Amino acid sequence: MTSSPASVLTRSAAPERVLLKGNEAIAEAAIQAGCDAYFGYPITPQAELLEWMARRMPEEGRAFVQAESEIGAISMALGAAATGARVMVSTSSPGFSLMAEGMSYIAGSELPVVLVNVMRGGPGLGSIGPAQSDYLQAVKGHGHGDYRVPVFAPSSIGEAVSLVADAFEIAERYRTPVILLADGIMGQAMEPVSPVYRNPARRPADWALTGADGRPPRVVKSLHLSPEDLERHNSHLQAKFRTIAAAEVRWAGEDLADAELVIVAYGTAARVSRSAVARARELGLRAGLFRPISLWPFPSDALASIATSARAIVVVELSAGQMLEDVRLAVEGRAPVLFHGRTGGMVPTPDEVVDVLRGAWALTPPRDGGAR
Amino acid sequence: MTTSVQDRPPRIVAERPALLEDRATHYCPGCGHGVVHRLLAEVLGELGLGPRTIAVAAVGCAVFAYDYLHVDFVEAQHGRAPAVATGIRRVRPEAFVLTYQGDGDLAAIGTAEIVHAAARGERMTVVFVNNGIYGMTGGQMAPTTLLGQKTTSTPLGRDARTAGYPLPITEMLAILPGVAYAARGSLASPSAIGKTRAMLKRACEVQEVDGGFGIVEILSNCPVGWGMTPVESIEHLAVVADTFPLGVLVDRPRAKAGS
Repeated sequence: MTSSPASVLTRSAAPERVLLKGNEAIAEAAIQAGCDAYFGYPITPQAELLEWMARRMPEEGRAFVQAESEIGAISMALGAAATGARVMVSTSSPGFSLMAEGMSYIAGSELPVVLVNVMRGGPGLGSIGPAQSDYLQAVKGHGHGDYRVPVFAPSSIGEAVSLVADAFEIAERYRTPVILLADGIMGQAMEPVSPVYRNPARRPADWALTGADGRPPRVVKSLHLSPEDLERHNSHLQAKFRTIAAAEVRWAGEDLADAELVIVAYGTAARVSRSAVARARELGLRAGLFRPISLWPFPSDALASIATSARAIVVVELSAGQMLEDVRLAVEGRAPVLFHGRTGGMVPTPDEVVDVLRGAWALTPPRDGGAR
Repeated sequence: MTTSVQDRPPRIVAERPALLEDRATHYCPGCGHGVVHRLLAEVLGELGLGPRTIAVAAVGCAVFAYDYLHVDFVEAQHGRAPAVATGIRRVRPEAFVLTYQGDGDLAAIGTAEIVHAAARGERMTVVFVNNGIYGMTGGQMAPTTLLGQKTTSTPLGRDARTAGYPLPITEMLAILPGVAYAARGSLASPSAIGKTRAMLKRACEVQEVDGGFGIVEILSNCPVGWGMTPVESIEHLAVVADTFPLGVLVDRPRAKAGS
């Protein structure tokens, strides 16, 4: 970066390094990003996010409601967002299931809402330990109907802070809910962070409900009873999703230039994998890390290109293999895809992942060996 | 003395309220929703609330209220209107916030949302149209269906042993300190409609003085779902009122003051 006055200012105004807990960092990032209203319901391991908001939002003169349920919280978000407010909700896995209904309506009504899911072990009540077992739910599903929602997965608390502001911006740019998908470790761990807060510029909301004063009434809705109307609405939504899919792909790579063994991991699994890559390189294995940051849209093209020169792709998740499906779809047989996952709140150690890399090396022929 | 009509100067005795759109509704012949829409349009107009109103449409026959009332509307998920209204309330303190809900929506799938909006004393006005049936889905039993009443899901009549009792949810809400106004009116006759109109107006005024949560339950009809002619269904409202007595249950604005 050239040292323009702006960059000098940014550097000199750089925040000091502070020790922040993930949940609290996400909450404060939302406040600094101009979040007008927060709605939530207590659930481990994201309760500190709600508690931070309970204290800080009233201090800032903003709205905070502890709802009667996650269904209530997401519905309150729908109402507040319909008036053009900047809105966040947060929850953890079982609560996310309850928010699925609201997400479908919010997506159908084209409202900007940022939802934080700090995943825990499932199914059912599961555990309160960290997990990534809601990937398919966040990326492929939640509510009913043909819709997609941008999903971003931070793998450090500092990244979570910057993704919060980005999430609000993307939500408002496209009038869509956006999911920030973290796991219990991202929520509970404390890290030294230099938080870079950002309050994205507000966009004119000529659809927002403010009272029909001197203008025709506005309606925010998802019901289109006539098949012709609903298909038109769906076509519009699908065009929007294609735009997002083209414009909002994010990923990060580490040690990929000469990597023969490419780990694909996000969130906490990516943190573990980064350590595993370093140890594998000490052992002479040319390993690298491909880290999706946007889970939808998935960085398929970038991964496909990397897979062309990889000896093996190793997917590491805190699940029984969910992102694995997207990796296979992206790789399309360009390289063998192996998987290592832990569930129920268990987290793989770097050594465990190194063993998997060793196994991958032993199992797969060299890329240019002609044996394939 | 007799005077012909032509001799008298024309006098308007009734006209379309400005907040009621000039279009035909989709409601079945004899349905009470049209009457309630009109009352609401009149009351909002009289109080000058139209330009500040943000209303919440609930799932059911009246989800299309936004086609008929000239105010801003958001459509809620089934039962969630009071939570959606809470979200509006908290970011738009100057708005007049209204939900329009049926009995299946409010008293079955939406019980958690209505109870907790009332418990919080949310400054909102709930128009609760109780016709004792799920009209839009074909006439199934609602939480408010009378004992013995035949519906498509109680073909032998509602039996308390298997289907429980009609839910007096307005009475249940009335015991909550956050509730500033709770009343039950009816569309059974012109005089009953007049009283219902006064209840609606009071419930709106209560919100305007920051009194708390207000609800008006309106006993309405569903001729098609009840298998009756419109006239029979209106006459039947007297029977409904035996289970759901009419009157003002609570009128205590500023219920939250001093808490």
